[in-house]
Amino acid sequence: MSVLNNKKILNASKLSLILNRLASQLFEKHDDFSDVVLIGLQPRGTILSKKLKKLIQKNYSINNVDIGFLDVTFFRDDFGRGDKILHANKTAIDFIVEDKTVILIDDVLYTGRSIRAALSAIQSFGRPRKVELLTLIDRRFSRHLPIQPDYCGIQVDSINNQRLTVKWSEFDGEDAVYIFKKDGKKT
Amino acid sequence: MERMQYIYLKKMGKKLSVSNLLGIKYISENDINLIFETSDNFKEVINRKIKKVPSLRDITIANLFFENSTRTKISFELAQKRLSADIVNFSSSGSSIKKGETLADTVNNILSMKVDMVVMRHPSPGASVFLSNNVDSCIINAGDGCHEHPTQALLDAFTLRERFGSLSNKKILITGDIMHSRVALSNIFIYKKLGAEVKVCGPKSLIPKYINDLDVAYESNFDVGLKWCDVASMLRIQNERMRDSFFPTTREYSTQFGLDLQRLKSIDKEIVITHPGPINRGVELNSDVIDSGKTVILDQVENGVAVRMAVMYLLAAKL
Repeated sequence: MSVLNNKKILNASKLSLILNRLASQLFEKHDDFSDVVLIGLQPRGTILSKKLKKLIQKNYSINNVDIGFLDVTFFRDDFGRGDKILHANKTAIDFIVEDKTVILIDDVLYTGRSIRAALSAIQSFGRPRKVELLTLIDRRFSRHLPIQPDYCGIQVDSINNQRLTVKWSEFDGEDAVYIFKKDGKKT
Repeated sequence: MERMQYIYLKKMGKKLSVSNLLGIKYISENDINLIFETSDNFKEVINRKIKKVPSLRDITIANLFFENSTRTKISFELAQKRLSADIVNFSSSGSSIKKGETLADTVNNILSMKVDMVVMRHPSPGASVFLSNNVDSCIINAGDGCHEHPTQALLDAFTLRERFGSLSNKKILITGDIMHSRVALSNIFIYKKLGAEVKVCGPKSLIPKYINDLDVAYESNFDVGLKWCDVASMLRIQNERMRDSFFPTTREYSTQFGLDLQRLKSIDKEIVITHPGPINRGVELNSDVIDSGKTVILDQVENGVAVRMAVMYLLAAKL
């Protein structure tokens, strides 16, 4: 699955446009972000959540947006079933979400099972007034559960043997989104 | 595939190399580190306001305690409840053991009621190994006679790892009744596997003959040992396992091998003091040391729940 075999569906400039749009949508709806918290889902949603926080800070001069990172491994419904995800990442939420609007942030929305687990997991930190979902990519025909994003970067109509990967320049050398077949063939 | 996702997927595939936890002797350094990494996550979970996760909600665990226990039993039970497992508790007093039923029969009867995992404490060394050979279930040894107490060793090492980052090249002095202590043997195994240097100290009569085979040195002078070590692991005299008299008097033992504040100050360096409990105050540890805040005893107890959650979580994934 080398990068050369992948099809790039978003390049850096389009990705930047989308991120700015998502930040402006959040600002439009939540204004000064009082009683609003951003929760990035481990592992990849955390990067996106940090970028959005930065953009909100830069574009709209709002400096006090609470941000936390949530790992849902222990709340998944596929423990002990086939290909298990065993290893958890760090959860870092140093505030309670009681009576706040929680914006769950992840890079790719696929079956919806991670988000279902996140909805359970977030309750360990209090009862949110409202929970919203932001995803960079929505693979809209692959859902197992009735879960839809409130804010979405781009919708991708992909089939099940395709995979999507979001790359960030800080970690992967470039800002881009690729689609590839699971066996490594170009789509 | 990009780097971060690759690392994540590699972590996803990590599993224990064993299906039972019978002793530290039987697990690898990788297993120990995987348990520690998972324990870090569970420690965060048990410090939340809502401490429960649903991971083991379809798993039933039997706690079989054929010997007295306070800390270990409560710690296992709490860990199981935090993981949402169903549990059944059994103690040998008032059971059919008194009517002559064998261990394997007792456990097989319990397992036929669809129990997935067995946590067992037993006075006979090797009882958990025997059980794993005779019943078809996941066994966790919660202490078998003077053989091993793996979860205690894991939580001791986890507590020291929190303090030092790594146990590599750390000097650990284990003092007390080495011969009758399952904690001593499990601790020696785990500290050696994690690269620490271990010495044992105590009356010669309480040091087993095989100690040199474990690549562990004996230090007869407690004061010299204290000056050498970074960690003083203090153990209780296991009177319940002694059939002979191993030292003249408790008072003499305490004078030679007991740790009090005066002795601690005389070594002129900061050391970490551990004790697996229960403590005999005034024998191996004086009250002035325990109450001085210089020990990590309560950290050990807190970490015990997280470590046991990690062990059961990782073993349940293999069921």
